[in-house]
Amino acid sequence: MAFLLKDLLGKDKILTSGHRLCPGCGAPMAVKMVTMATDNPLIITSATGCLEVSTTIYPFTAWDTPWVHSAFENAGATISGLQTAFLAWKKKGKIDKEVKFLAFGGDGGTYDIGLQALSGALERGHDFVYVCYDNQGYMNTGAQRSASTPMGASTTTEPAGKKSIGKRIQRKDLTMIAAAHHNAYAAQSSISHWQDLMSKAKKAFEYEGPAFINVLSPCVRFWRVPSSKTVEIAKLAVETNFWPLFEIENMKLTLNFKPKERKPIIDWIKAQGRYKHLLQAGNEPVIDEIQKEVDAYFDYLVRLSSI
Amino acid sequence: MAAKLKGWKEIPEAGTIVEPGNARNYKTGGWRSDRPVWNKETCIHCFFCWIWCPDMAVQVDQANKKMTGINLEYCKGCGVCAEVCPKKCFTMKNEKELTNE
Ligand code: SF4
Ligand code: SF4
Repeated sequence: MAFLLKDLLGKDKILTSGHRLCPGCGAPMAVKMVTMATDNPLIITSATGCLEVSTTIYPFTAWDTPWVHSAFENAGATISGLQTAFLAWKKKGKIDKEVKFLAFGGDGGTYDIGLQALSGALERGHDFVYVCYDNQGYMNTGAQRSASTPMGASTTTEPAGKKSIGKRIQRKDLTMIAAAHHNAYAAQSSISHWQDLMSKAKKAFEYEGPAFINVLSPCVRFWRVPSSKTVEIAKLAVETNFWPLFEIENMKLTLNFKPKERKPIIDWIKAQGRYKHLLQAGNEPVIDEIQKEVDAYFDYLVRLSSI
Repeated sequence: MAAKLKGWKEIPEAGTIVEPGNARNYKTGGWRSDRPVWNKETCIHCFFCWIWCPDMAVQVDQANKKMTGINLEYCKGCGVCAEVCPKKCFTMKNEKELTNE
C-alpha cells in the first residue's frame, strides 16, 4: 500500500529540529523517510559519521528515541547486540513491546570501515534494518575518497590535477554485496524518491531477518552543488541510471524504476562542481568510460531482474 | 546559545544524554542567510516541502491537513522547499534585506 503524505503528518519526530547537519543535507531526509515507515518503537544506533556527530553534540541529542553511539567500524555489531539483548529481555518478560532495531552508517562507515561488522550481522541473521546514507565520501572530515566515491570525482585524497582525473576507478557495488548474504533483504533507493524509499523501509522493518538499504543522500557541500539542489541532483542520479532503484529478496531482483529514455551521464556530471575538471577538453574519454560503466551496470541489473 | 555546562559529578555515567530530542533547545535559525517567504494563496498543501525539509522546519496542521508556514527558529535557509514546491510558493529573500525593509 502506498504512503500518502497527508497521513504521515506529525510522524516526523524521531529526528528533531536543532540538529547541526549542513543546510540542504540529504542525510536527515533519509532518516526522516525511513523512520516514518514504521509505527513500532525504534532503537537506533549510528556509526561515526556526519549524521552521528551532528545530531549528538553534547549535551544535546536530536534523537527523540533511544539511540546508541557506535564507533566507525561496528554499527553492525552494536545493532546485533541490542537486538539480542532485547530478545533476552523479552524471554524474561521484562519487555512486551515490539521494538524495531535500526542502524545508520554513512558510506565511509559502511562500504569501508564497517563492512566486516555489517557482513557478520547480516550473516548471523539478526532482525534489524541497516541504512547506509551514501554521500560518496568522507564528508564530515572534508571530502576524502571512499569506496563509494564515483570515478572522476575530485576528493582531497585523490584530487583532480594536471595528470589526475580525480578518482581513477569505479565505485564499489555495496548493495549487491549485501544481497550476497542471501538471507537478507537488500535494496537501493534515493532521497529523491520518498515513496520508493518509504516502501522499502516498511518492507525492511517487516522482514523477519536482516535488511539493508543503500540510500543516495547527496552532500551539497562536497558535491559542490547549491544547498537547494539536494533533491534535484539525487533525482538526476536515478534518471541517468547512475543510481538504479532496485531490491533483492529471496535472490530475486526487482528493478523499481526504468526510465523510458535514460538521460546522458553528462547531465549528472556537469551539474556538480566535484566533476568540473572533466568538462575540460581532453577528458571526453573519461566521460565515455563512465557512461559505458553506467550502461553496463544497468544492463546487468536488467538481465538479473528478468531471469 | 551554549547551555550552562554541568560539572562532572552531575553528568550521568558515560555522558549519557537523558533528555530525548533536547536538540530542540538548540535553535539553528541563526544560520540562515536567505529566508523562504511562503505564499499561502498559491499553496495546494501537497506537503512536498514538508517531506524534504532537512530540518523539520515546515509546520503543518495535522488535523486539517494543511501546511501552515515555516518555523524560523530552526529553518537554515537551504532553499530545498523552494526547489521542490510544484507551485513555486516560496521566494528566497535575503535576511539582511528583510531587516532593512
Ligand atoms: S529553507 Fe530549507 S530548512 Fe528552511 S524550511 Fe525550506 S527546506 Fe526547510
Ligand atoms: S510544496 Fe508548495 S504547494 Fe506543496 S505544501 Fe509546500 S508550499 Fe504548499
